[in-house]
Amino acid sequence: MSGDAFIEVRGVSKSFPSPGGARAVLREVSLEVRQGEFVAILGSMGSGKSTLLSILAGLLDPDAGSVTIGGERIRGIRSDAAFVFQNYSLLPWFTALENVRLAVGAAFPDLSRDEQRTRALRTLEKVGLGNAVARRPRQLSGGMRQRVAIARALATEPQVMFLDEPLGALDALTRESLQGELARLCGDGDGRVTTVMITNSVDEAILLADRIVPILPGPPATLGRPIEVALPRPRSAAQLAHDDAAAQVRTHVIATLTDAVVGRGAPKRCEGGPGAPDRVRPTIRTRELQPAAEETS
Amino acid sequence: MSTLVSILRLERFPTLPRPRLHDVARHVGMPIVAILIFLFVWSRASAGIETTLGQIPGPAAVWQQAGALWADHVAERARAAAFYERQERRNAAILAADPAVRVAIADYTGKPTYIDQIVTSLKTVFAGFALASLLAIPLGIACGLSATINAGINPFIQIFRPVSPLAWLPIVTMVVSALYVSPDPMFEKSFINSAITVALCSLWPTLINTGHGVSSIDRDLMNVAKVLRLNWTTTLVKVVIPASLPLIFTGLRLSLGVGWMVLIAAEMLAQNPGLGKFVWDEFQNGSSDSLGRIMVAVFTIGIIGFLLDRVMLTVHRLVDFGSKR
Repeated sequence: MSGDAFIEVRGVSKSFPSPGGARAVLREVSLEVRQGEFVAILGSMGSGKSTLLSILAGLLDPDAGSVTIGGERIRGIRSDAAFVFQNYSLLPWFTALENVRLAVGAAFPDLSRDEQRTRALRTLEKVGLGNAVARRPRQLSGGMRQRVAIARALATEPQVMFLDEPLGALDALTRESLQGELARLCGDGDGRVTTVMITNSVDEAILLADRIVPILPGPPATLGRPIEVALPRPRSAAQLAHDDAAAQVRTHVIATLTDAVVGRGAPKRCEGGPGAPDRVRPTIRTRELQPAAEETS
Repeated sequence: MSTLVSILRLERFPTLPRPRLHDVARHVGMPIVAILIFLFVWSRASAGIETTLGQIPGPAAVWQQAGALWADHVAERARAAAFYERQERRNAAILAADPAVRVAIADYTGKPTYIDQIVTSLKTVFAGFALASLLAIPLGIACGLSATINAGINPFIQIFRPVSPLAWLPIVTMVVSALYVSPDPMFEKSFINSAITVALCSLWPTLINTGHGVSSIDRDLMNVAKVLRLNWTTTLVKVVIPASLPLIFTGLRLSLGVGWMVLIAAEMLAQNPGLGKFVWDEFQNGSSDSLGRIMVAVFTIGIIGFLLDRVMLTVHRLVDFGSKR
């Protein structure tokens, strides 16, 4: 696996200054993502997920360690990367179309204004907003705003996408329908975009990801062993709810995360970089734990 | 009725379909009662004060003076119209006798009326305000974007902000007389002196608020600009300025208020033919009407200042996009 890693994170540490001295947020984090792979980083709130993603995207510099994408060590934000923020972060003074066009214009400055507009329109239609392009963010619902934000990311035709809890601010029903949409846009296509998504929902991770990397809360946070989600695509939430293989993955993921919280003494760490995925280990308490895990979303 | 209430409350039209009775009573009735009490106290108090210019005028006398000033204005306009008409008739007669003669129209040289003085004051304050905005907005944006520039500008803000227009005016006058030398000046020197003094006093609120608005832009929006890799100008025009517009307009609104307040003092000293000069001239005149006329000026200044503020507030609301992203 290490041979064809597209994104390679090696021993990244990060700490922030705080009144009581530096507060370590990440320690010795390593991760590999293959080209075209969809990786979900799963963990509870405040566990350092966003910091990790910001480092991957080049928004933050790590204190130690390195991040390479496509064999190139990252320095600042890459031109072929796109980022979707949890709180949409659309520009409120622009319409949906203008928001997307701004991104297109920055990514393809050589296109004519008309071509940029067409490209933006096409992407908005792809996310199902063809009839709301002239509305401003405050005239759109949360789900629609996040669709615009996703369109803004897709319209730049990125090589890599970083999704920072893209559905975290949405209500449960909207979240479910947008999960399906994201699966369609990022997960199921042919020329798939390498995607790293942060989430705190186990089901969302199982629905969308090829691999789930649990983040074990610190501080400082470390990464657990990646869990392969070998389920056929396209997946749907309804189908996964009754799928035995999905249930096993879910059980395994929850066990990994709760072990880390309950049995702090021996969290499973990824010692020598990301190793082979753990064998799926059926275990206790799945149904009782599931709602509790969802509550954090 | 609800429209009337909202106009008197000077707010946007309420979303409630029907105002309740006590709302009407509070927002229409109470101001009327308060104004009546004020007029009563004023007329009683003024009757008891005897000055060298006669009794302090009460509401009725001031109202009468307002009418007199308006009548003056109408009469003066009529005289001007008659003056031009006379000239035209005479020119037409000359041209009929000999078409080769070059005729000219002489300007009417009557004294400016009260309305003319209001117009001059408004022109001056807007000239000063425009000058202040041209300086303060770019400077404020620079301060907001760079903590280094802010550290450099800050001492000047702190020191010059409290300086009164009366202190600036002599310096401005000397500098303008030294630099603004032109045989055919486009503007009166007194106009330039007042406008620059207004600008010097009114640029601070805009500068401070713009700086604050730019430096407190949501970090997420700046991150968007970063991940979209927008270049510097695009970031400035499409993200930084729109995001800080509400605070820029707060600053502009305060600046216009300060400018209008300062203008009267500046005009008094600079002898710019506006409301300030009107007040000063009436004071020097010392006729029995003078105090009444000065009070008319006080109310005019107050009402115009209030209207300017409302205009700025309306514009401010137009550019406020709220916090929803």
